[in-house]
Amino acid sequence: MELFRIGFGAIFVYNFVLAKFLGLCPFIGVSKKMSSAVGMGLAVIFVMTMASVVTFLAYMALLWIGASAFLQIVVFILVIASFVQFVEMVVQKVSPALYEALGIFLPLITTNCAVLGVATLNVDTFKIGTGPEEWSVVGGFFASALQGLCGGLGFMLAMILMSAMREELESLPVPKAFRGVPVAFVLTMGLALAFLGFSGMI
Amino acid sequence: MTQALHLLADASGDVPYIGAVVVLVLIGIFFGVLLYVGSRVFAVDVDPRIDQIADALSGANCGACGYGGCRAYAEAVVLKGAATNLCAPGGDETCAAVAKIMGVEAEAAEPKVAVVHCKGTRERAASRGSYRGVADCRAAVVPGAGGGEKVCPHGCLGLGTCVAACPFGALVMGPDGLPMVIEQLCTGCGRCVEACPRGIISLHPKSQQTFVLCSSHLKGKAQKEACTIGCIGCRRCVKACPAEAITVTSFRASIDDEKCTNCGTCVEVCPQGIIWSFEKARASYKKPDPKAASACAT
Repeated sequence: MELFRIGFGAIFVYNFVLAKFLGLCPFIGVSKKMSSAVGMGLAVIFVMTMASVVTFLAYMALLWIGASAFLQIVVFILVIASFVQFVEMVVQKVSPALYEALGIFLPLITTNCAVLGVATLNVDTFKIGTGPEEWSVVGGFFASALQGLCGGLGFMLAMILMSAMREELESLPVPKAFRGVPVAFVLTMGLALAFLGFSGMI
Repeated sequence: MTQALHLLADASGDVPYIGAVVVLVLIGIFFGVLLYVGSRVFAVDVDPRIDQIADALSGANCGACGYGGCRAYAEAVVLKGAATNLCAPGGDETCAAVAKIMGVEAEAAEPKVAVVHCKGTRERAASRGSYRGVADCRAAVVPGAGGGEKVCPHGCLGLGTCVAACPFGALVMGPDGLPMVIEQLCTGCGRCVEACPRGIISLHPKSQQTFVLCSSHLKGKAQKEACTIGCIGCRRCVKACPAEAITVTSFRASIDDEKCTNCGTCVEVCPQGIIWSFEKARASYKKPDPKAASACAT
């Protein structure tokens, strides 16, 4: 039940794009076409999940030597950037087709704030300790991975909804001043309002 | 290791920044080594022919081949089997070099040159005022900017946007206010074609010598009022052409380069004198007499 709460929360209630407004640049930039939106969504799911895992490990290492508070962000950024670079190399070697499909998106994700967002959110939510509100090491690890996975799924959901609407929008008579990005932001507002309906469910 | 880290944590109590520095350095070294090893283990072999072709190409990144720059074209040739003769600026030499790298027979590409389809000089084209806006054709055609000085809505604006766009210096603004193409320098990359907001520049094979040098779709009377040399769509050339290479669409004649034999019949019959033969123009151009020049020098 706890795991369902985390997963459902990350996808719908605390959707990274539509409720937390993280990662808006790829959301607006890559949502013109459904195919590229799906590619970006898949890349984000993968990186967010893996980044949750590695940053949680890094967080535990920092806790262990007692330097977690002030090194957290710089270490997370270093870990995520190195990790994305490493993943890019592996994907290029192992699956050229996937590399071709992800294209520029994979390196772009390095600077996607949703990824750093999920990393910091994980260590804020799943504090390791023995208190009533605190998590065991293993529990926190898997909860982080789940939150990363579902955060990515929520991102992809928002991307797909948005790209479907923007593809329809191509054939509609949008006023000239609103064409392109402005109307995309208006649509984002509508989507965010709709997702507001999920708040309070958990 | 554990002990060392705990010692480190203790030491950071005495010298506050040591622990942070050491941790960051360790993490940096770890990822540096990881990425180095990864780049070696997961190195992808890139076809060396891509680099060779990229070197052989002109390097102008003009995009005339239809790809985003010379390197993208080189990749397309090697990986996607694109044609080897698409490099217009490089000409036959480059195309042959690319074909040689790929090990295929060179297919000769007919080089193209840009032709400006307007002869509406200040004397010929009627004026409707003076333009004092930004000196750029694209600015002059913005709605509300007036659309240039000429009455003819298809005439050359004469502000030199094409001249600025040419990466090879093959376009110069002539004294008559119309751009001139220097054929020896023109590589047929098509930058000027894209730059011209009126769309009066087009590419033609170098062997093509006969052109309708007007882009105007105005009807006969309006055309005569706008410009003394504009095409009025009278269809005399269509009837006269033995090769059936000329068509008139919306009051403007155009010549099909593939069918045209450059016989010059249309040049003779055109009542407006807007069909020009570059060959004859060249033949009638007299080279400066070297004797006269030497006489001048002394």
